[in-house]
Amino acid sequence: MTVWSVIGSGVAGLAVASELVSRGAKVQVFDPAGPPGPHGCSWWAGGMLAPWCEYENAEEPVLRLGQIALDWWAARTRVERRGTLVVANPRDLPDLRRFARRTDGYSEVDRSKIAELEPDLHRFTKGLHFMNEAHLNPRQALRDLYKQLLDQGVEIHRKLAPSRLENAIDCRGLHAREVLHDLRGVKGEMLVIRCPDVTLTRPVRLLHPRMPLYIVPRGDGIYMLGATMIESEDSSRITARSMLELLSAAYALNPAFGEAEVIEIGVDLRPAFPDNLPRIRRLGHTIYANGLYRHGYLLAPALAQGVADLALDNKHSEMVDEDRA
Amino acid sequence: MKTFYGTSLPNPLMLGTAQYPSPAILEQAFRDSGAGVATVSLRRESGAGQTFWQMVRELGVMVLPNTAGCHTVKEAVTTAHMAREVFDTKWIKLELIGHTDSLQPDVFQLVEAARVLTEDGFQVFPYTTDDLIVGERLLAAGCEVLMPWGAPIGSGRGLNNAYALRAMRAEFPDVPLVIDAGIGLPSHAAQAMELGYDAVLLNTAVARAGDPAAMAKAMMLAIEAGQLAHQADPIEARDMAEASTPVIGKAFLS
Repeated sequence: MTVWSVIGSGVAGLAVASELVSRGAKVQVFDPAGPPGPHGCSWWAGGMLAPWCEYENAEEPVLRLGQIALDWWAARTRVERRGTLVVANPRDLPDLRRFARRTDGYSEVDRSKIAELEPDLHRFTKGLHFMNEAHLNPRQALRDLYKQLLDQGVEIHRKLAPSRLENAIDCRGLHAREVLHDLRGVKGEMLVIRCPDVTLTRPVRLLHPRMPLYIVPRGDGIYMLGATMIESEDSSRITARSMLELLSAAYALNPAFGEAEVIEIGVDLRPAFPDNLPRIRRLGHTIYANGLYRHGYLLAPALAQGVADLALDNKHSEMVDEDRA
Repeated sequence: MKTFYGTSLPNPLMLGTAQYPSPAILEQAFRDSGAGVATVSLRRESGAGQTFWQMVRELGVMVLPNTAGCHTVKEAVTTAHMAREVFDTKWIKLELIGHTDSLQPDVFQLVEAARVLTEDGFQVFPYTTDDLIVGERLLAAGCEVLMPWGAPIGSGRGLNNAYALRAMRAEFPDVPLVIDAGIGLPSHAAQAMELGYDAVLLNTAVARAGDPAAMAKAMMLAIEAGQLAHQADPIEARDMAEASTPVIGKAFLS
């Protein structure tokens, strides 16, 4: 029986391994950095499963393929199906109208409806509720996939993959750019804060003319605040300006966030192709699956299905842009 | 068409490179519009934006780096030097933000930075207001181009003060003038060209449109229409109807 070797255990690699195993394939995983942790960019993700919202600034496949993610993840980890709430300050209401025009799958909400959904957002008078969206805790999701793979008998090797592997699936993200020359890094910065004084139960997006800001509840008063998108490949630090912008967005949602503790600062690079959509490429004995950009958890299931289709059935999904087996 | 520091532009559209959904769509917007100049910011990427800058170079158009996001003369001068190194050009779009909400230029620092940079051999494209005296000071500081705002950056409000912009055109008949910022619709861009402006610089109106490439093309068509209209010497508006055929001789009393 063919053994598929998945290289990399970020969200792409683990999702691919999980999908292959679910289709009855035999899989092993290589990652010298060990189990999921702060070394991978999917550790720093928001974990929003929000294809309708993301469509505001992305191409059509994100909307369509992203919808696969909800059930795919729900079968593997805890998914909170409470929707997304999008709000804007009065001065940015034109942005809310534009957002509404570019998306669907929402209902318009007024002050009383907002108060019903999220009582701690009492400052806002207009918003959009994307009721079919969901969120998950990305670190828990990675740990769950990892454990399930071990339970399913998958060997996970804490070492570099041997060169000249047959049937390799390279999910190394930005590390694969020596082969995938059109891959680039897009800097993202995020914060994790603890603020038991504020209760939010679903991801909230605050529209802002310069960057999309969101806050995702992680439970126990912990919130993830993200994320910048900068065309820079320096992942060494967060800038003061980014931190100011993220924190002032939280403060604008509810001034009680001013008392939050900052418990983590994350900076990493998202791997992206020029159209910011993921790709599957087969070059020789290796299938490359990469370019999830800011849609790691949203598009990893579709990417994994596309890889499994190619690897097991030689079927070419729309994400396959090159096949030189 | 007037030259910009001795360089002729292929057409009067200068297009920004920020805020597009993806680099692929950015490239499409340039291809579909034929815009001849790309403006690009350096401040936030600070040295690590090489991959993106390389994409901008590969657009094959002239690059006008800018100092977007700078608030002081010192920051702007440092950014300009970096831009000269990265893009190997003397051109710099000088932007010195004075007000957080309106992103209105701080014209006092602007004049000072323009002087410093000109002495340093830069060819400065200053983002300024429609104030004539500031324009004069910028020219005295060595600028050979002026770029007054139509409206605040990203506001899409068009030409807020067409009277002032017309006065500016009349005051500086030989200086290349560019409307920079505030354009929301092709009709705004056409109006700028009808006023006799030499070029239009815009970004948000295209990048944040639902279909950026289509909007970029619409802007170019409008700019061409406005330019042609200006050259064609339009009629003056008047209060009463003026029949295009004479009335005398017709049996208009019957």
